[in-house]
Order: sequence, then structure tokens, then C-alpha cells
Amino acid sequence: MKDTPKTLPRYSATFTPEVNAEIRRAAATGIYDIRGGGAKRRVPHFDDLLFLGASMSRYPLEGYRETCSTSVTLGARFAKTPVELAIPVTIAGMSFGALSGQAKEALGRGATLAGTSTTTGDGGMTEEERGHSAKLVYQYLPSRYGMNPRDLRRADAIEIVVGQGAKPGGGGMLLGQKISERVAGMRDLPQGIDQRSACRHPDWTGPDDLEIKILELREITGWQIPIYVKVGAARPYYDTALAAKAGADVVVIDGMQGGTAATQDVFIEHVGLPTLAAIRPAVEALEDLGLRREVQLVVSGGIRSGADVAKAIALGADAVSIGTAALVALGDNDPAWEAEYQALGTTAGAYDDWHEGRDPAGITTQDPDLAARLDPVAAARRLYNYLSVLTLETQTIARACGKSHVRNLEPEDLCALTVEAAAMARVPLAGTSWVPGQVF
Amino acid sequence: MSTLDLAETSLRDVNAALQSLNGTTNQTAWEVLNPRGAHALAVGLDAPVEVRVKGSTGYYCAGMNAEATIHVEGSAGPGVAENMMSGTVVIEGDASQYAGATGHGGLLVVKGNASSRCGISMKGIDIVVHGNIGHMAAFMAQKGNLVVLGDTGEALGDSIYEARLFVRGSVKSLGADCIEKEMRPEHLELLAGLLERAGADATPEEFRRYGSARQLYHFHVDNAGAY
Ligand SMILES: Cc1cc2nc3c(=O)[nH]c(=O)nc-3n(C[C@H](O)[C@H](O)[C@H](O)COP(=O)(O)O)c2cc1C
Repeated sequence: MKDTPKTLPRYSATFTPEVNAEIRRAAATGIYDIRGGGAKRRVPHFDDLLFLGASMSRYPLEGYRETCSTSVTLGARFAKTPVELAIPVTIAGMSFGALSGQAKEALGRGATLAGTSTTTGDGGMTEEERGHSAKLVYQYLPSRYGMNPRDLRRADAIEIVVGQGAKPGGGGMLLGQKISERVAGMRDLPQGIDQRSACRHPDWTGPDDLEIKILELREITGWQIPIYVKVGAARPYYDTALAAKAGADVVVIDGMQGGTAATQDVFIEHVGLPTLAAIRPAVEALEDLGLRREVQLVVSGGIRSGADVAKAIALGADAVSIGTAALVALGDNDPAWEAEYQALGTTAGAYDDWHEGRDPAGITTQDPDLAARLDPVAAARRLYNYLSVLTLETQTIARACGKSHVRNLEPEDLCALTVEAAAMARVPLAGTSWVPGQVF
Repeated sequence: MSTLDLAETSLRDVNAALQSLNGTTNQTAWEVLNPRGAHALAVGLDAPVEVRVKGSTGYYCAGMNAEATIHVEGSAGPGVAENMMSGTVVIEGDASQYAGATGHGGLLVVKGNASSRCGISMKGIDIVVHGNIGHMAAFMAQKGNLVVLGDTGEALGDSIYEARLFVRGSVKSLGADCIEKEMRPEHLELLAGLLERAGADATPEEFRRYGSARQLYHFHVDNAGAY
């Protein structure tokens, strides 16, 4: 007799094996999943945009012969000494504590070779990064770990962190494994505890107070250096307007794909706007205040290639900032360490338990043996190479669009592949003149 | 005595004059007239000089102070002596919210009362309040000593780390992970020194000590309700 035909085993699209595994993990431990990195889900992104290039009505520029400048000045609104960068790509704030001293040194060296700035992070300024960074932005965070007037005065700019794209509204976390003696000392905390950084600043709330806080920081630094305000992408129009009104020289907007050292997965995946959706409202806010270009806009969150840089600039950014990509350039998640990733129960490219401090690549760790695996000079060279490629790619696109300076890229140079991206970026759907939501 | 008058001189010039002083200056005594609630006054000083502010100040007076002694002959707005590194700041009147926030060192004395969140995230500063303090004092306080001669508001020492809190009056309620602790001889000695430096008329034996139960130092499901 023939077998009766059977229904094939079928996984639910709602209760996928991954979802069920997480339910079992939660049931076993009673604690949420903490991890590093940014949103892993797919959201509308720069991949959903294309450049149109030159055609009958636009002249392109000759590849190697005609100049296409990339320099950018940040912070000339109020600062006597603005930050002058050779390229429109900066290194985002990543804390010493999350990263090893060697990794911070490599970021400083690589950024300096490329003529751009790097940024401190939660946990204060280290000698490694100050010594090796020609331009160093000093973050002013809610935790105020390691904050002091001496470092403030030797910074090239101050970045007041209101929020981060990975966790708008969330504070920091650094778990006990990474609170080494040095990290604990810099943060004035006991060694080995699970440490939570505050999510709100301790001595101001709201934009009116922020204006006074900015005044204080300017008075302490003699109005010399620029003050940036960094926000996670949430309400970009109002956040940008309020930051500019409070007196920021530069507004930094970080989208939800932006990396973090350690945050609850639920926060990373479910709070905040995609980078793509945040740029146009921020630019509009500056235009409405008559401050476009006077206050610069820096965009971060998921920037990987020169195409991403060019698209962010075309939508209105003055510069972009990178975190995750810089770490990958240093050597993070390199398949060369696959056997060790396997031993940690993961695989190269998916490793995100940065908070555990056991990074085989020696970047997101405070373990001296692991950290020693990263040669800061060689890693800096890789970062420099990568930054050079980002710049060359950005120039390639800008020239194709006929621009002699990358900043001249504009929304008009773009079209969108999806209706969602067209609506968020406010550019026409490819092959049409339709911008969803635009009323003529 | 050198004098700076905010009725005639801009805030920038007043601060610049005070900030330009260094350890070798002979002009160690200064007074600032007509503060009239100015924000960010006498911030970022970095020398062992003495500054008398003849009136009340706005936000962040004496912010990030190092080495200087600053007397406010009036009341101080929010964030007085925020992130102070060293030196002494004395407020003759009352202090608004976040007095001594994130201070790393030095001594802050408030002769009157201090409002909410006094000593928030303190990192080594000593704070002595002669009067009462408001709610959420010493929130996430990491290091240093907070001494209150009067009463405290709700949630004293919420999520406290290793700072020590000494209260003479009543405590409305303790915050998460903050408990009363035994007053040992070394604490009495420490407190006696602080009271003396702050010109406070009280004896150490009248105080109770509070600090961290250290139950929230590691994430655990059974603590979820406390976070
Ligand atoms: C390891 C790591 C540590 C970070 N630490 C901080 C920090 O201390 N302060 C901060 O404002 N942002 C921090 N960020 C966020 C970055 O500054 C930046 O917003 C983000 O990485 C940009 O997105 P991207 O990673 O997609 O380039 C961190 C990111 C990473 C990956």
C-alpha cells in the first residue's frame, strides 16, 4: 500500500526558529539579550537609492584630471578654531572600555593619516587617543565618566551626547567582564560590576537648559572649540531645530542602524528611525531656521561605502561618521579568527557579544592578551586605506554627477528604488517624477 | 582685593580674567559685583585664588572648578560646582537642583538648603549641606561624601555606588539599593573633619550613615523590580 501523502513540517513566519530560540533563552535566564552592533533587521537604507549621473543636461567631470574637493569645516558658527577636515568622513565616538586602548590608538592614527577626526566615548579621554589623534572630539555624556576641564581644554571639539541611534532614550552598559582596573579607575567605579551609564544628563533637562549648558562649556573653553550635539534619530526635525537653537555649532544625527557597544537587543531593533528617514527632516529644520551650512549636519548609522557617503551628502549631510565600518576595517569579525568565533558559539560576521570582552580580534576587549593581538600601526593603516577608498568612491560619484566639490551633491542627483525610500528620502521613485507625500 | 563688576564687564571678560590666573599670581583675592543671577559665572577656574561673588548666581556657577575657593554671598542656581575637581565652593544661601553634580573632588558647602538631585552622580566630591535637601539626592552617587545636617527628601541615594551619605535629620525614604549602614570609628572621624571644614555646628554622633547594599551591582532577574 502506498504511504498517505503527508503535510511537510512547516515553520511559522511569526514563530520562526530564531524567535523560539530567543523565547527559550529568555525563559532559561530571565534577562534580556544584550549585544553590540546596530539593528540587524533590514530597513529602508541608502541601498534603496541610486544616483542618476550626468546626461544631456549635466556635464560630468573627468575622472583623474578635474578636481573634486572633499574638505569640510565643522563648527565655524561660534568657535574661534573650527575643525578642518580633509575628508567628509569622521570616526564616531566609541568608548575606551568598550574598545581596548590599542583599538583607540589605531582609530586615532588611521583618522590622522586620512586627515579626519576621531571621537572619545563614554569613559573619558585616554592618552593613547589624544596622543595619536590630530583632531579629537571629546564627548560630553550623561555619565560624565572621566570628564575634567583639563581634557576639555585639550580637545579639538566637544560633542554633547543626547542620544545614540542604536538606543535613543537609553543609557550605556558596560558589563563587569570589561570593568578592568584601568576602566574602573577612569570611571570612578568599583572593578568588575555591571555598570549602567545614565540615560539623561545629570544637570540639565530640555533645550532651554541645554542652551545654558552650552554657554558654560564655551565659557570654560574660551569659545575656542566647536560644540556638537549628537542625537539618536527620533524626531529629527525638532531635535535638529532645538539643538541649533540651543547654540550647537554642529548637529550629529545617528540612525537606528548605528552601532553600540552593548544594549538590549529589543532596544536596538525597535527604537529609532532608519538613517535614511532622518536626514531630510534635519536639513529642513536648518533651512527653516536659516542655518543651513552655518550649522553643519553630520550623519551616521550604517555608512559602509563611498556610495553611502555620497548619498548622505546628497540628501544634505555636511559629513558622515562611521563606527562599525571602522571596527571592521581594523579587523573586527575577521574570518581569520573563525575557529575562535565558533568556540564562542558564533561565526565571523555575526559576532556581537562585544560586552563579554572576549573578542578574538582583540578590539572590543579589555583582556590584555586578546588586546595585544591588534597591532595599532598595522590596523591604522587598514583604516586609512579604507577611508581613502570611501573618499575615492565618493569623488567618483560626485564627478559623475558633475560636481567639483562633494558637498555640491544634491537630492536632485538621486532617485529611489522603492516607494518607502522615495518617501523617506523625498526623491522621486526611479523612472517617475513621483515623490510620495509631496504636494504640488 | 581686585574687583570685577558684571554691571560694567561682560561675562566673557569676567570669566577670562579669572581663568587667566595661575598658581604664580599675586592677585589671589577677587570679588565679583552685580552677578544678578548670571549663568556660568566663575567656571573653569584653575588656580588657588579666592573669589567672592557679591550676590546670587544662575546656572552652573563655579562649574568644573579646580583649586579656587569661591564664595557666593547669595543663593546659587542649578548645577552649582558641577563636575568640580578640587578647591572649595561655599554658598551662603540656598542651592537649586543638581548642586555638586558629578563632582570629582573638592568641597561644596551649602549654608542654606539644597534642592533635588544634590550630589547626583558624584565622583569623589565632598558636599556638606547645613539645611535640608530635596528628593533623589545622591542618585547614582559613585564616590565622595554627602553630609546633610537637616532632613532629606524621598529616594535618598537611589542606585548608589560607593559614595557615603551622612544625615542628621530625618530621611523621607531611601532609594533603590540604598541602606542604613553601621557608623564605625573611621566614619565618625571622617565626618568630624568634614563638619569642621564646612564650619558646621554639629557632632558626628548625631548622624546616621547610608550607603550601597551592593545588590544591584550585577544584573539579575530577581532584581528586575528594583531597576
Ligand atoms: C563599540 C561601539 C562603541 C560605541 N560607543 C559610543 C559612545 O561611547 N558614545 C556614543 O555617543 N556613541 C557610541 N557608539 C555609537 C557611535 O558613536 C556611532 O553613533 C555609530 O557607531 C554609528 O553607526 P555605525 O556603527 O553604523 O557606523 C558606539 C558604537 C560602537 C560600535
